[in-house]
Amino acid sequence: MPLDRSEEAVDSECAGQWQRLCSIDELVPDAGVTAWCRGEQIALFLLPAGSELSIYALANGDPFSGANVIGRGIVGDIAAQPVVASPLYKQHFRLADGRCIESPEIALRTWPVRLRDGWVEIDMHS
Amino acid sequence: MNQDKTSIVPADRRPSLIVIGNGMVGHHCVERLIELGAHHHHAISVFGEERHPAYDRVHLSEYFSGRDAASLALGEAGLYADHGVALHLGEKVEKIDRTTREVVTSRGRYRFDQLVLATGSYPFVPAIPGSEGDARLVYRTLDDLDMIRAAAANARRGVVVGGGLLGLEAANALKSLGLEAHVVEFAPRLMPVQLDAEGGAALAARIEALGVGVHLSKATEAIVAGENGHRYRMRFADGSALDTDLVVFSAGIRPQDALARDCGLEIAARGGVVVNDHCASSDPAIYAIGECASWRERVFGLVAPGYRMARLVAERLAGQPSELFTGADMSTKLKLLGVDVGSIGDAHGASPGARSYRFIDERSASYRRLVVSEDGKRVLGAVLVGDNSFYDPLLQYVANAIAAPLAPEALILPAGEGAPALGIDALPDSATICSCHNVSKGTIREAIDQGCLDLASLKRETRASTGCGGCSALLKQAFEAELAARGVAVDASLCEHFSHTRQALFDLVRLEGIEDFDTLMRRHGNGGLGCDICKPAVASILASNWNRPILDPALAPLQDTNDAFMANMQKDGTYSVVPRIAGGEITPDKLIVLGEVAKKYDLYTKITGGQRIDMFGAELHQLPSIWAELLAAGFETGHAYGKSTRTVKSCVGSSWCRYGVQDSVAMALRLEHRYKGLRSPHKLKFAVSGCTRECAEAQSKDIGVIATERGWNLYVCGNGGMRPRHAELFATDLDDETLVRYIDRLLMFYVRTADRLQRTSVWRENLDGGLDYLKSVVIDDCLGVCAELERQMALVVERYECEWANALSDPEKLKRFRTFVNQNQGDPGLRYVRERGQRRPARADEIPSIVSEESA
Repeated sequence: MPLDRSEEAVDSECAGQWQRLCSIDELVPDAGVTAWCRGEQIALFLLPAGSELSIYALANGDPFSGANVIGRGIVGDIAAQPVVASPLYKQHFRLADGRCIESPEIALRTWPVRLRDGWVEIDMHS
Repeated sequence: MNQDKTSIVPADRRPSLIVIGNGMVGHHCVERLIELGAHHHHAISVFGEERHPAYDRVHLSEYFSGRDAASLALGEAGLYADHGVALHLGEKVEKIDRTTREVVTSRGRYRFDQLVLATGSYPFVPAIPGSEGDARLVYRTLDDLDMIRAAAANARRGVVVGGGLLGLEAANALKSLGLEAHVVEFAPRLMPVQLDAEGGAALAARIEALGVGVHLSKATEAIVAGENGHRYRMRFADGSALDTDLVVFSAGIRPQDALARDCGLEIAARGGVVVNDHCASSDPAIYAIGECASWRERVFGLVAPGYRMARLVAERLAGQPSELFTGADMSTKLKLLGVDVGSIGDAHGASPGARSYRFIDERSASYRRLVVSEDGKRVLGAVLVGDNSFYDPLLQYVANAIAAPLAPEALILPAGEGAPALGIDALPDSATICSCHNVSKGTIREAIDQGCLDLASLKRETRASTGCGGCSALLKQAFEAELAARGVAVDASLCEHFSHTRQALFDLVRLEGIEDFDTLMRRHGNGGLGCDICKPAVASILASNWNRPILDPALAPLQDTNDAFMANMQKDGTYSVVPRIAGGEITPDKLIVLGEVAKKYDLYTKITGGQRIDMFGAELHQLPSIWAELLAAGFETGHAYGKSTRTVKSCVGSSWCRYGVQDSVAMALRLEHRYKGLRSPHKLKFAVSGCTRECAEAQSKDIGVIATERGWNLYVCGNGGMRPRHAELFATDLDDETLVRYIDRLLMFYVRTADRLQRTSVWRENLDGGLDYLKSVVIDDCLGVCAELERQMALVVERYECEWANALSDPEKLKRFRTFVNQNQGDPGLRYVRERGQRRPARADEIPSIVSEESA
């Protein structure tokens, strides 16, 4: 993917920083949305469990189809592990570590997520 | 010899194998030859005198209740052509030249190395003065049936001469043509071959109760001009007479052995090509199978022995080990004019010392006779009239020589009298389950071992129960027993989150009024978040029951890929958009709007199979604005993304077409607008044709409607796709309201009882009791659920709302319709090339060149 030079320059300045993606209000409970950060497409999933909130950040690119669609998959769990199913060919990826259940040699990139003052942030350099 | 006939010699060097006759048995032989790969080593040619390819003669009478030649056709279309088998239809073989080894037809001469005669039989018509024209009809081929239909057009009453199996079938055909039907039989009882006196009497009583006249011990002497407004009068030897408008002869069959006779093959005294245990004639290169063959002075007029002959000859010709023909079980199970009739083994008790038990119920005109051996240890035969539920177990006792119970009479006593149930477990592996296709219990066991874990695939794999269908109940029993024996409690759990079937969940949702996933999970689930199996299934169940907008907050996360964004995701993650074009009818103004929208968003545009327009390549964030424009122009969602009603295809009908007999477009619009919001276990496609030419292809749809002069014929449970299935005729000549009522009931019954992602065709194939059961539920309301099914459909119809209009009015619902939540742009990863004036996703090998062009 061709990158804009100036964007790369800006990105390098905040290396190692927590990147603010969007407000928590932009997320949809029990489903995913996609954010853009420094040329990466990041699928964000919000799982409310009682008063607890879990947010997961995974690469949006689906390795099986090459399309950027993971954020649009159905969220669920398999053997108590939260997963997202790719909307194209339905492989399951664990939200915690991106590991593909059907092909364990494949994993999506994941990022640490935190919630600060109502903002969803990820650590791009973990 | 005809001089201008040229000798046609196959170009290849393979030995030439010719099959004369393309009836059920001839076709079965060819099918088996292909299965065994014989077409690789032989040039195979088939000659059929009729213009139709092989069709199902067993179900011939259904031709008058709406089935056409195509749906009666046997086997897959294209089977012959795909395997290089030359099929010559309408080409009558005139002569077999055994000296030159050639078959001579009206069109030429064909060399053969081996020859199979499968010429079948012809109806025997006694020489009766005055029997000609419509007083000399027969009942054997589709062409015969067309002639009967033509004769019936101006007739009130019809007579069938012959009270055997085929005669009663013919009487049924006359009845379904709307005629007053009569049967005239020479013997003192009906079905003299299969039934004894009491059985014949019970059958006659039943049939007379249906309004069919039965005249026994009548010898027709002459047919003269009719009186009382009828065309003919039949004069009988006893001085009585019967007026009628047409006469169908069904007084037995004769082997069609003329070709064999003319070329000097040995012919049996009572007709038929004499064959040995290999089914070879007196010329070892010529075989005869089916009704044209005579084995030990016997001609077999049933399909099962014909099939057995066909198989063993095919095996022999293919160079495989083949069994010998050892005669055949003439047991039969039929439903004649709606009356169960069964005859097993030694029905007449002719074996030395045989003893009988008889059960007679005069109130319901039921009769059963059990024939046992002198010592009472073996069941030899049985006669059944009125209730064939006894047939399967009794046949197994006879066919597999199972020891009879100590009190054998219990085998024919009414249920509840302590009749010992013959479990399928009692049968040996060698026991034949399906005699048409010779499938044993062992074969079924093997097929299950190899992964046939549902009935439909078991039937497909073994072909069991795909002939006459008489063994379907037994097959199901065998299947379930085999699974149980393996300890496979067939796990019908939907997924790890719900240990219920879809049907059970549907009932729970309905009975408890559950309207959201969390409540269902709490009350009936195994805990957890759910998954991509149960969430969409529950979403569909909730929608079928309550029809709430699918993007309501509690429902949105449950929706499947396409429902979630109300568009069809394509391979690159973009969407296609299909607005509803009900019945395929669209104004020029609306067409222009579609063109403008597609142009504005540069959408690839294609006409769909369902008579609408699909626009591809919309990005997620573009969907709301595209739909805002479409809604403003009066479009609504087309549900192309849903497991739901898709389209009602229609022809132009009587409003324009010179052949149309009803307004098919108006009916299509009515149906599409009625069912457009219905979500179901799988997609639903409809079509309405304005006449029997069937331009809308309704017989390939879940719901097909075809106009008649008097109303509509309803066909159900067809589909195209991976495994096409002809829809079956469900009801005829319906008025508009009855049509809609039946469709309401049928669809809701399907929606309630089908498995997840099960189309109507597979649902129907797995339905116990088949089409008859479906009719009794929908038409006769045998379950007493029709009122509720209609109420439920009425609710779904009433709550219809365009999902896109609903979503656009609520910003919360549009939150996910953004490619990026934090950036106002599209997906930079998308790549397109232009082809034939439109764009399409670039293939992987095209992407490098696009990138280099951009960076240049």
